[in-house]
Amino acid sequence: MRYAETGFNLEIDLSRGNIERVETDPRETELYLGGLGTNAKILWDRVPPEVEPFSPDNLLIFGTGLLVGTPATGANRTIVSTISPQTLLMAYSMMGGFWAPELKYAGYDKVIIRGKSPKLVYLWINNDKVEIRDASHLQGKGAGETAELILQELNEPKAQVSAIGLAGENRVYFASIEQGRSSASRGGIGAVMGDKGLKAIAVRGTKDINVARPAELMELCNEVLQNIQVREDNPIQGVPPIIAGIGSPQEMAIFDEQWHTTNFAWGNARTRRKDFWTKEVEQKWRETQESVRERLISCYNCPMKCGATISVPGISTYMMKCYSKLTYTMAAYSDLDFGFRIAQRATEYGVDAFSTPQTMAFALELYEAGILTDQDVAGMPSDTEGRFFWLLDRIVRREGIGDTLANGTYWAAQQIGKGAEAYAHNNIKKHEQLPLKLGMLNPIYFLMYSTGEKINITQIEGQFPQAPFPKREQREKFVKDWIQVPDEKFKQYFLDWDPRGEKSNPYYPTIEASCEIVDWMEKMHYIDDATGICAGLSSFPLKPPYHIHNLPTFISSATGMDIDEAGLSQAAKRNRTLIRAVNVRRGIRRIDEKPPEDHWKKRFPELEAKLLDEYYKFKGWNNQGIPTKESLHELALDYVSEDFIQRGILTDSEDAPSKETSAEKEKK
Amino acid sequence: MGEKKKKIVKTIKVDVDKCNGCRACEVVCSAFHAAPKYSSNNPDRSRIRVIRDPLRDIYIPVLAGEYTAAECPGRDKYTIDGKEYDECAFCRASCPSRDLFKEPDSGLPLKCDMCESDPPLEEPMCVQWCVSDALTYEEREEEVEEEELQEELEIGLEALVDKYGLEKMMDTVARMSMSKKD
Repeated sequence: MRYAETGFNLEIDLSRGNIERVETDPRETELYLGGLGTNAKILWDRVPPEVEPFSPDNLLIFGTGLLVGTPATGANRTIVSTISPQTLLMAYSMMGGFWAPELKYAGYDKVIIRGKSPKLVYLWINNDKVEIRDASHLQGKGAGETAELILQELNEPKAQVSAIGLAGENRVYFASIEQGRSSASRGGIGAVMGDKGLKAIAVRGTKDINVARPAELMELCNEVLQNIQVREDNPIQGVPPIIAGIGSPQEMAIFDEQWHTTNFAWGNARTRRKDFWTKEVEQKWRETQESVRERLISCYNCPMKCGATISVPGISTYMMKCYSKLTYTMAAYSDLDFGFRIAQRATEYGVDAFSTPQTMAFALELYEAGILTDQDVAGMPSDTEGRFFWLLDRIVRREGIGDTLANGTYWAAQQIGKGAEAYAHNNIKKHEQLPLKLGMLNPIYFLMYSTGEKINITQIEGQFPQAPFPKREQREKFVKDWIQVPDEKFKQYFLDWDPRGEKSNPYYPTIEASCEIVDWMEKMHYIDDATGICAGLSSFPLKPPYHIHNLPTFISSATGMDIDEAGLSQAAKRNRTLIRAVNVRRGIRRIDEKPPEDHWKKRFPELEAKLLDEYYKFKGWNNQGIPTKESLHELALDYVSEDFIQRGILTDSEDAPSKETSAEKEKK
Repeated sequence: MGEKKKKIVKTIKVDVDKCNGCRACEVVCSAFHAAPKYSSNNPDRSRIRVIRDPLRDIYIPVLAGEYTAAECPGRDKYTIDGKEYDECAFCRASCPSRDLFKEPDSGLPLKCDMCESDPPLEEPMCVQWCVSDALTYEEREEEVEEEELQEELEIGLEALVDKYGLEKMMDTVARMSMSKKD
């Protein structure tokens, strides 16, 4: 018997209309765990670098985490992996909600989509019965509307639906896949779904998920639930309220937005408004939020309430989570009320709430600078809020200037020319980043921004505080019950980290310590992305209930596999390296690994070069960020080095410099 | 007067306003009732289900009650605070009119047993796992007089005798007791 996982994937070929249920190899679970790890293995094996994102040969994989469907609290994530039309690299956006556990109960660990359907279809998975159904009547419908219509037409209120909106159908490079209160938004995976002619996947499952050592697993679950309550009652002192608790940042619950509104940049990610947050604003925004928020809501089997049902008078009710509350508001220099109104439309269209407002603010800046002309934006209203709605409508329909903007700021700037490139200033590897502009380089964040495979800071940071605490006493208090550290030395790094002076940014934490801290943080994310445990309970917040000391027992008691801290760390490293390998094979090199130039005012080129050198060495990669033959061998990834050598990415003699190419040069 | 008898009334109190729809109650209920205990879980086997309709803000945890062989002669539909609930939304029965509270394989009815176990749990598992306190547990002792039951029985029987005659009643009781012996 397979424990925790079902042992079966569903293979769907949309070109031929073929459906297969395929048994998976349990050895793959031992090596890559599941979720993102096994997704990456499939992409490596079956999607060579020559395959374009919109090729029928590109795969779109909906993977469930290894622990999804077990009683493990908050293990509910769907990891969607494909090749991104925007970055041309591997995208692995993820979503919580209810879809992944339902798929497990239907008897599958993954749905692997290949080919392209000649007409718009949706997939209906009802336990062993799987159908490809006509979706022509759903064409142009919103993502939430589509889910409702499908549930009605199937008469299955308990089914769960993942769907794209108009943006996905029109292959907008930042189209999302929406699923009720959750969405997989980053990297344009919704565009790939639309390109495949797949409007939605509905799933209903009524089978059992077995676990290997039930008593042990239940005890761990009860401990996690207790820890959640303890952490809920004891927010961390000395950090802003928004990051003091656990879960996703509690945007729906809290009203105090001083930290985001005064630290993050407004408009096209340029302007900080340090005096923005006043008593009046707080009062007004609180009223707005209270008047539209119907209920705080959770994902499957998780007590955290990171989402909310939002009902703005006059427009359809929708569900919101996390930071989308502020991205539109701040990009438009507007008000929270506007944010809630436009987010409804954006959610129905199915677009990413980072890239979309950024792209619209970028367009307005280009217009103000005269790079986009009146002719380009003919018909655009004169007020900013109206302009945002207008641009959103053009983008998701790919009409006029919207067709260019729908490719995101990087590609749009290339197409527009006339100096537009300078306005697409907030990207890493062609992908829009959090609108954050700071003063002094932070060595830890430099490494995470530069090298993160997800190209999204929130998917690599966590665990270690973002900034030093002013007073040593505060730090001492913080480290006292810091049981999550993999090693006591991390406490020392934090204790010694000063806001000013010798032991402060950018030279402290030292290069070595920075590598170790980053390694710890990203390891925790790679574990979550394989198990399907939400980062909000694990890799993202400070002092989370899940950590490196209890996760191995969670995995072993659920699956029956023998795995300890060292084994789990090795598996996480293997997954991280494999995703790096997929991207290396698609052209990623050192030259691509850099934060937006203006992310920090104070930059230190020599230090930054050393940081990268040492981080690569620490990871077992060569000076170009390519995993070496030896380190690949240690991770049982010899098939990767064989492929690298065959392609001339690595040479047999390890010191020989590898061919310098860059993803920047592709696709012009 | 008859003897006074004590009984424990066990109540799971449901506060629908506090429910955040996570369905942890379903997970742990189905795990608790798996054999061996906790070895598997499957919300479809759970004896508590959250009736959810997020966009209409409907979240009702419903505990499985009695099995009924026939559906009610009519149905109910509630509107509370402007929210229209589905037909029979609050009903706990495992009934032919719907697929709720039936084993997915056999179709056999499911019924909440308050997590009966030896030694007894302090609280049913669904309550323990409801961190939001939408589900809370209350136990109270009630004194009941057996005499009243006897009285009730007699009142009922007299009504039937009035309606059908004593002879027919006795025949029926005799026939019922014969068939019970089989």
